[in-house]
Amino acid sequence: MSFYGNWTTGSFSSGVEELLLRLDNHPKIKKLTFSTKKLDDWDSFFMAQLILIMDFAKRKKITIDTKSLPKGIQGLLELAYSVPEREGARKQKKKTSWIELIGNSLLSAKVELKNLVTFLGDLIQSSFSLIKGTGRFRFVDLMTYIQDCGPASLPIVSLISFLVGLILAFVGALQLSLFGAQMYLADLVGLGMTREMGALMVGIIMAGRTGASYAAQIGTMNVNSEIDALKTMGFNPMEFLVMPRMLALILVMPLLCLYADFMGMLGGAAVAIGLFDISSTEYWTRTELAVQLKDVLVGLFKASIFGILIAYSGCIRGMQCGRSASAVGDAATSAVVTGIIFIVISDSLITILFNQLGI
Amino acid sequence: MTQACITIKKMTMAYGDFIIQRDLDFKINQGDIFVIMGGSGCGKSTLMMHLIGMIVPSKGDIYYGKENLWGSNASNQRLLLNKTGVLFQSGALLSSMTLGENIALPIAEHTELNKKNIQEIVDYKLSLVGLAGFSDFYPSEISGGMQKRAGLARAMALDPEILFFDEPSAGLDPISSKLLDDLILSLRDNLNATIVMVTHELASIFAIGSNSVFLDPESKTMIAEGDPKKLLKTSQDERVIKFLSRSKKK
Ligand SMILES: Nc1ncnc2c1ncn2[C@@H]1O[C@H](COP(=O)(O)OP(=O)(O)OP(=O)(O)O)[C@@H](O)[C@H]1O
Ligand SMILES: [Mg+2]
Repeated sequence: MSFYGNWTTGSFSSGVEELLLRLDNHPKIKKLTFSTKKLDDWDSFFMAQLILIMDFAKRKKITIDTKSLPKGIQGLLELAYSVPEREGARKQKKKTSWIELIGNSLLSAKVELKNLVTFLGDLIQSSFSLIKGTGRFRFVDLMTYIQDCGPASLPIVSLISFLVGLILAFVGALQLSLFGAQMYLADLVGLGMTREMGALMVGIIMAGRTGASYAAQIGTMNVNSEIDALKTMGFNPMEFLVMPRMLALILVMPLLCLYADFMGMLGGAAVAIGLFDISSTEYWTRTELAVQLKDVLVGLFKASIFGILIAYSGCIRGMQCGRSASAVGDAATSAVVTGIIFIVISDSLITILFNQLGI
Repeated sequence: MTQACITIKKMTMAYGDFIIQRDLDFKINQGDIFVIMGGSGCGKSTLMMHLIGMIVPSKGDIYYGKENLWGSNASNQRLLLNKTGVLFQSGALLSSMTLGENIALPIAEHTELNKKNIQEIVDYKLSLVGLAGFSDFYPSEISGGMQKRAGLARAMALDPEILFFDEPSAGLDPISSKLLDDLILSLRDNLNATIVMVTHELASIFAIGSNSVFLDPESKTMIAEGDPKKLLKTSQDERVIKFLSRSKKK
């Protein structure tokens, strides 16, 4: 077999596959020698082709004489074959039928459910040890997380809740004005924000902001074996990493919600005063009349629950994170998705429950 | 008669279905400097993770003294593992804390010392690994070799009875790695510690190693054990000799 010309990654050549197919039809060939006198330039492309030929020859039990190859090529070939391929190391690629796919996803859903419940169990256990006073984390950590999810998220919470109040007022005002009942605008915005939208909006913002960052932080620690290191030092990652994050959110969420309620009413007031000729005193008196303490408390209660759920989904995704950069990204994404799903489902449940109880 | 500190009995290690090593059977004695050897990817770090209770063996048992690591409840296992200090291959310093805080963490957790005394110990440990004065640096602000050494300082923070090092000298210059060998010897001699280390550094394997196990990736089991110096002289196995002599004689 003689090679000539350029055999490089840049050159235009179709490789030896076709040649090997033709060789297949000549079972009498027992020995292959190479001639490379006319070979000009070669690089890894040539080496890869050579290895194809060698593997082919091995399968067909053809002996190969590599002595005629240049020294450099011989050395590289020897290197390539010096460590044999590990049995079972190469990942098997196989096609899966759709029935198998459905089955697999059902099975993984089962595992996922089990993980969620196990994590919940661990979490409850660590909360107990926290209450008993044996749970340990660093107080500075708690402070950092509070700073992180409290004051640092005020700007975005302000913007979004102000605009949501504004939108509520707009949509409401158009309907109310059909009956000449613009007066009730304040009731609508006030009740809407305190009972529902304040908590929901803060929940969704924090799921995107803090939930994702929790997952990424814990995930990166996992990639870097930091969690293993914590365990070897006798710390429970649940107490050390998850608890302070969760506490921070439980403390901060109601405050953020209260703030969002206020901003939302401000947004509503802007519309009412600016566009519908309601005076500011009128607006605030109506708000005071309509919104009771009970309504505000309902919102705050929801916000705390959302805080728990956001921390839960962020931390569990972080703890489950694989050991690569893309796994950290996936963990952050799925923390947000899980968080929002949890928030919306629990919100509906709580609303229905309170409705039934007449609260 | 030296005491067995850790005993591994018929252990198989696997990630899922993918078996890494099987039929591991050896003893680590009190006061040993025990070297885990083998080519890259043969499962040395995995073996270490098993020894420190991070991964459950898929078969077989690990004994600390006479107690089965996975045979009793979690709190008992914790007691056994509290005797250990671990340096991970990646250093595994907590990236949100300074070196000083990293080292102080286990000390504050397991002792009643006050802040000032803890800081004194931290400074002492840092100077042992040649990082005096770096207490307030974050792990991201120092080099890879320095992170390794800081991890070493953290592993030694509580003067544990058994120390596990995963490639302590990787990323160190020849002089630092000689100092490291001296440090390990003095830990053994002065604190009577047992040291289990994964290393490729032939010089330090022969200089300080007193016992070893050699893992082979192809047969997926251990193919030699014993004092590395004697292994080099007496071993019949070509793979072991090749490893220990950098394949000078084949
Ligand atoms: N999390 C994991 N999941 C699946 N397989 C893994 C995992 N970690 C390691 N492995 C596999 O286990 C084998 C042993 O890995 P290990 O990290 O123990 O090697 P090592 O002997 O420490 O190598 P090195 O000297 O390069 O550090 C590797 O072949 C790797 O493919
Ligand atoms: Mg390793």
